[in-house]
Amino acid sequence: MVDATARARDLLGVSRLTNAALTTWLHGLPGVDQVGCEARAAGLGTRSIKTTSKAWAIDTAISMIDLTTLEGADTAGKVRGLCAKALNPDPTDSSTPRPAAICVYGDMVPTAKEALGSSGVNVAAVATAFPSGRASMAVKLADTRDAVAAGADEIDMVIDRGAFLSGRYLDVFNEIAQVKEACGSARLKVIMETGELVTYDNVRRASWLSMLAGGDFIKTSTGKVAPAATLPVTLIMLEAVRDWRDLTGEMVGVKPAGGIRTSKDAIKFLVAVSEVAGDDWLDPYWFRFGASSLLNDLLLQRQRMRTGAYSGPDYVTDDSPSLY
Amino acid sequence: MSPATTQNQRTPAADTRVDVRKTYKLYIGGKFPRSESGRSYEVTDAKGRFLANAAQGSRKDARDAVVAARGAVAGWAGATAYNRGQVLYRVAEVMEGRRAQFVAEVRASEGVTERQAESLVSQAIDRWVWYAGWSDKYAQVLGGLNPVAGPYFDISAPEPTGVVAVLAPQASSLLGLVSVVAPVIVSGNTAVVLTSELRPLPAITLSEALATSDVPGGVVNLITGRTAEVAPWLASHRDVNAIDLAGAAGAADVVWGDLELAAAENLKRVLRPAGTSADAVEPDWTRTPDLSRLTAFLETKTVWHPKGR
Amino acid sequence: MAKFEYAPAPESRAVVDLKPSYGLFINGEFTETEGGSAFKSISPATEEVLAEVTDASEADVDRAVAAARRAFNGAWGRMSGADRGKYLFRIARILQERAREFAVLETLDNGKPIKESRDVDVPLAAAHFFYHAGWADKLEYASLGSNPRPHGVVGQVIPWNFPLLMLAWKIAPALAAGNTVVLKPAETTPLTALLFAEVCQQADLPAGVVNIVTGAGATGQAIVDHPGVDKLAFTGSTGVGKMIARSIAGTRKKATLELGGKAANIIFDDAAIDQAVEGIVNGIFFNQGHVCCAGSRLLVQESIADDVDKRLKRRLSTLRVGDPLDKNTDVGAINSKAQLQRITELTAAGEAEGATRWSPECELPSKGFWFRPTVFTGVSQTHRIAQEEIFGPVLSVLTFRTPHEAVAKANNTPYGLSAGVWTEKGSRILWMADQLRAGVVWANTFNKFDPTSPFGGYKESGYGREGGRHGLEAYVTTEGKA
Repeated sequence: MVDATARARDLLGVSRLTNAALTTWLHGLPGVDQVGCEARAAGLGTRSIKTTSKAWAIDTAISMIDLTTLEGADTAGKVRGLCAKALNPDPTDSSTPRPAAICVYGDMVPTAKEALGSSGVNVAAVATAFPSGRASMAVKLADTRDAVAAGADEIDMVIDRGAFLSGRYLDVFNEIAQVKEACGSARLKVIMETGELVTYDNVRRASWLSMLAGGDFIKTSTGKVAPAATLPVTLIMLEAVRDWRDLTGEMVGVKPAGGIRTSKDAIKFLVAVSEVAGDDWLDPYWFRFGASSLLNDLLLQRQRMRTGAYSGPDYVTDDSPSLY
Repeated sequence: MSPATTQNQRTPAADTRVDVRKTYKLYIGGKFPRSESGRSYEVTDAKGRFLANAAQGSRKDARDAVVAARGAVAGWAGATAYNRGQVLYRVAEVMEGRRAQFVAEVRASEGVTERQAESLVSQAIDRWVWYAGWSDKYAQVLGGLNPVAGPYFDISAPEPTGVVAVLAPQASSLLGLVSVVAPVIVSGNTAVVLTSELRPLPAITLSEALATSDVPGGVVNLITGRTAEVAPWLASHRDVNAIDLAGAAGAADVVWGDLELAAAENLKRVLRPAGTSADAVEPDWTRTPDLSRLTAFLETKTVWHPKGR
Repeated sequence: MAKFEYAPAPESRAVVDLKPSYGLFINGEFTETEGGSAFKSISPATEEVLAEVTDASEADVDRAVAAARRAFNGAWGRMSGADRGKYLFRIARILQERAREFAVLETLDNGKPIKESRDVDVPLAAAHFFYHAGWADKLEYASLGSNPRPHGVVGQVIPWNFPLLMLAWKIAPALAAGNTVVLKPAETTPLTALLFAEVCQQADLPAGVVNIVTGAGATGQAIVDHPGVDKLAFTGSTGVGKMIARSIAGTRKKATLELGGKAANIIFDDAAIDQAVEGIVNGIFFNQGHVCCAGSRLLVQESIADDVDKRLKRRLSTLRVGDPLDKNTDVGAINSKAQLQRITELTAAGEAEGATRWSPECELPSKGFWFRPTVFTGVSQTHRIAQEEIFGPVLSVLTFRTPHEAVAKANNTPYGLSAGVWTEKGSRILWMADQLRAGVVWANTFNKFDPTSPFGGYKESGYGREGGRHGLEAYVTTEGKA
């Protein structure tokens, strides 16, 4: 178990990890030019992925999905349905890969664990007063511990955006480090809620802060705020994990979440991973899509490639139709 | 479709087709609602014969139109000049495709000959094209670098003022209408237009052209009805940034000075009608315009930035 | 082998209807040559013959100028600005409608990636016609004098690097101002100009307003020397530009010249580094470096030179070199054997001079003309590769310590077309822009073009501007006619 504070002191080259030291370090990172960043993202989006590479991309994208339900109205029935979908995404085609994980609220972890058994599909739980993060540290840690005790393999926490935007970087660092400790052997994804951070400079700084504090994954969004995951924001995060590995030798994962609905979009993200971070991140252990409806669009595309004809909603099972 | 041909035929002759007559509604937020007041009024041709019932717009319709216009400002002003020019040019293309309909309506509304109506419609389309071509140029003519006496980069650039209320000309039902609407929107403003009271039909057909030309909903809103009833509500509206009083000329019971007085409440930019002293007249719309209808609805923004290593 | 291999994604050639041979477009129709000969236009990616094209004779040029003169004295000269504008709007629209056809043809003939012809060349060409269509009846507002009038017949010679776009840059303002045109496309890239002639026909442009005369150096010289041409516009090498300047000396013929460059792309230590690396790549590898305003010299602040070098080389290893018709190709073919030889010779000189040469590993096709993106580090000002325009995908990297030093090195060249500045500090951008002797300064971006934005050089990069209000100046006169 890494002592995050000690390692941070070392990386920053300071004797005490103060807010001032973190500020200097984070604000010393190179800026991000919005127009240039968006142009590069748009350029990556023009890659034309066909035939065999498309088939590979679809299957890879499916295997990277954290299939998600995070509604106040979630019930055991809803969660069991989602787990069944994860275990057998397309009943007409058993060659279909399985998503990487199910993502649910902490109190749904026992239901999900039971439904998924030893299938190898992980259970990820959101924690730390998701989605707002507005609660005391004690509450946020209790939230985390409950989910871990119930058997969650992964914890998706939210940072305190209020603290970040008011410059209290040390507070954000400490909360991440403490949650990481509470995770035990569960992997920690840090949700930065990039939609609320607004500027790309903030996204870069939040990414580096999250990695410094010990996150295993940096994640864009809760999915409850728009804009959620965009290609430019994910681009910046991919640059961050690439540069972090150059600096420390360690890999950190990236998870865009929210707003990725079509196969076309998902493939653009995979292109970005490939061309910006590199092959090592093209693996469900290091890259995830936080999504719900994306899975069915990928399945429709998969069916089209298999049958040669366009498919439709009647041909994919829907365990999560809208409440209203 | 020519409204005039169906005038005195209460019983169709054996070989005449019974036509499907158009309903004339308002154009607000990209949609065609009836007036919330439920009222309509008779529109007649130049000889007093019935043409159609037009919606009689109310102050609430005007209020809704301003909301729609305000909502459309960010997107329209934020579009590139190239994009706005393309959209306006497309409007001209669609108008050209609907020539016959416009010619028939102008002819009926204004009582001019077929040949005159053709000429007016051609001029209206060409006028639209003229303004479309300004979208990506007026900034180069009206803006520029200011050589201030210090190490500063200093630039002045024109920006749209926001929501513009327009009283469209009473007599010139298409050419005059285009001449007041196009200069407002080419620079990124949005418009709430009170059409000619007695000759509103070409305006509604224009709104159909707008609706099918990629003009975003809310950029142009057209309200038919009594000028004297609705204009004061636009003149006093505090979320309207400017007002064009061209249509005060020849409008029943409208004193343009009163409208300007109401506009002074939030210091709207006011474009007075043509004429001298208290008189308001309709100008000759066939003359090629200058830039004054563009500049009337533009603000100038000046930005400074030091130059240093 | 990468995990994510992109399968071939070829754009179909079927959209283009290539004829086996092309005549000249004079007086509104395609016509056979009088005394000229034929040559072949080939695809630089595969060396296959695309079509046979006419090498126009002096007599052909004479006919074309006469047709242009008749049109100027006749229908076009009498026409109102508004009506001229309408023809230009039609041309713009047709270019948009036939966009895919033009993009594929441009890629076949020039060798540039389809991604670029589709996303940059063709849309910008159409936009140029749209922009200038709107000026045709507004010239009195353009601060060109009280009574701006067209010159008459304009002779235009364009290069092979952006064939259709350069045609648009030349023809659109010329016609907007009321001139008529005789245009010669480059000998290695005549096909989109010949297709453009069809667009003129579809738009019902009056005969003789635009004449397309294909050929090589001699045909160009015939246009330059022709007494019936009132004004010349040339884009190409500085060498030929000087020849033209000499040819017209002592005459009343006017000329604008858009020539070569050796632009400095300057990266400061506080630059947004990831975007700066993209800017370097766009600056010199876009269009295979066949760009007059290419950022062919990287001036990087010494304190970050190693980091930039590492990031740049990592980025270059994701560039895809290959079949220009493949939608995923980033770097296409070199336009001709002659150009490839020149690039090869200059890069050999670079190595001989002591600079360190590097290229990413990539397979090159066996047929066609290809050159790997290349970076030279350890370059100094006196090296040939820092002074001479290579016009290929070759970057020379130099360092600097202070802004003044960057400016001095950037300006230390007979050229002066463009420059790039990368820093997050606004005041430095504006200070640098003031100091740099270049016609176009790109700050935190590079190779951006727009019909509204004037383009042209200082010093031996030529004179005159194209685009924007300023670009109209060259095409009107306020002098009385003799």
